[in-house]
Amino acid sequence: MKATIRKIATFVEEINTEMGREVNPPARRAAAVAIIENPYAGQYVEDLSELMSIGEELGEMLTQRAIAALGIPGPSAESYGKAAAVGENGELEHAAAILHPKLGTPVRRVLGKGAALIPSSKKRGGLGVVLDIPLGHKDAAFVRSHFDGMEVRISDAPRSNEIMVAIAVTDSGRPLPRVGGLTKDQIKGEDGLR
Amino acid sequence: MPEVKVRKKAMIVEEIFHEGGPVAATPQRRGAALVVIHNPYAGKYVEQIDGFMDDLKPLGMEMAHSLVRALGGDPKAIQGYGKGAIVGSAGELEHGALWHVPGGYAMREVLGDAKAIVSSTKKVGGPGTRLDLPITHINASYVRSHFDAMEVGINDAPRADEILLALVMTTGPRVHARVGGLKASEVKGEDGLR
Repeated sequence: MKATIRKIATFVEEINTEMGREVNPPARRAAAVAIIENPYAGQYVEDLSELMSIGEELGEMLTQRAIAALGIPGPSAESYGKAAAVGENGELEHAAAILHPKLGTPVRRVLGKGAALIPSSKKRGGLGVVLDIPLGHKDAAFVRSHFDGMEVRISDAPRSNEIMVAIAVTDSGRPLPRVGGLTKDQIKGEDGLR
Repeated sequence: MPEVKVRKKAMIVEEIFHEGGPVAATPQRRGAALVVIHNPYAGKYVEQIDGFMDDLKPLGMEMAHSLVRALGGDPKAIQGYGKGAIVGSAGELEHGALWHVPGGYAMREVLGDAKAIVSSTKKVGGPGTRLDLPITHINASYVRSHFDAMEVGINDAPRADEILLALVMTTGPRVHARVGGLKASEVKGEDGLR
């Protein structure tokens, strides 16, 4: 383990009804969140490669935790997303170093495929900051029923020298989707878009 | 008696490795099971509500079982517990009190012979309201190392005509507990207090 982890949290949501109408099967999504020490807190560091390696490590571990929380094998996942919140002594670029260069490859390995871009968000914030993790279909970004988001929050994180890293995985789209667009049964899965 | 209508379920699990001190040999886990139900008494004053406590018993059992599963599956590993409710704006605090019996007794039944009173809290609030669930040792309320709390909430619940019900359990003391008092190893386990 390269990352110094203080805490890991998992969140699972299962939506059974919406406006009184049954959602069958229930829409389910999970997020796994790690609170790690920021090795570059309080200083400007040019080379962020340590955080990139940490991203690779967390990509594997958090994706495994998320699918375990949903109780599904990786290939059954339908959509995904990632996000990070940097504590006040860090830079937004630290979140970028974790999320963008190396985190995606292990995520896709665990989920079997994943031709689509992994949608992401990032911010800097104090304890209890809210992260809205964007969600999109893992094989075709244009699948409209799977445009979604999941909010996560941990009351005691990130502390000033920490980074909160989140990966969200679902086994379904929004509950009761009905705004048209590309549907999941129409996916070609070649370019990650359609 | 009113039917229990579930809109949404959520499960939150935290695994705590350290909090600035030595890394725990066994990380503390704490988890919360949350369920959002329709409030059958929303928008009006109803004198006779206590029958709904019986209706909630099966849900309480289901939540207690799934929470134990989320924390590893062994009821004997559970050392602390608590419960709470958030009533949506069209309900009264008294509706939250309906959760005391079905929530508390469900956990005691699932955990075997838990002797301590299940500490609790409740409030009326809007979507996204946070609730600090109090936690105490399952057999002796005075065990100081196990006084704890877990913050929970769901961004889109409770709506005005809903109630958010919560159970919480932990697998150990606070990660760096060191303020003395009655120890878990000293529990007599007769009166639920010491």
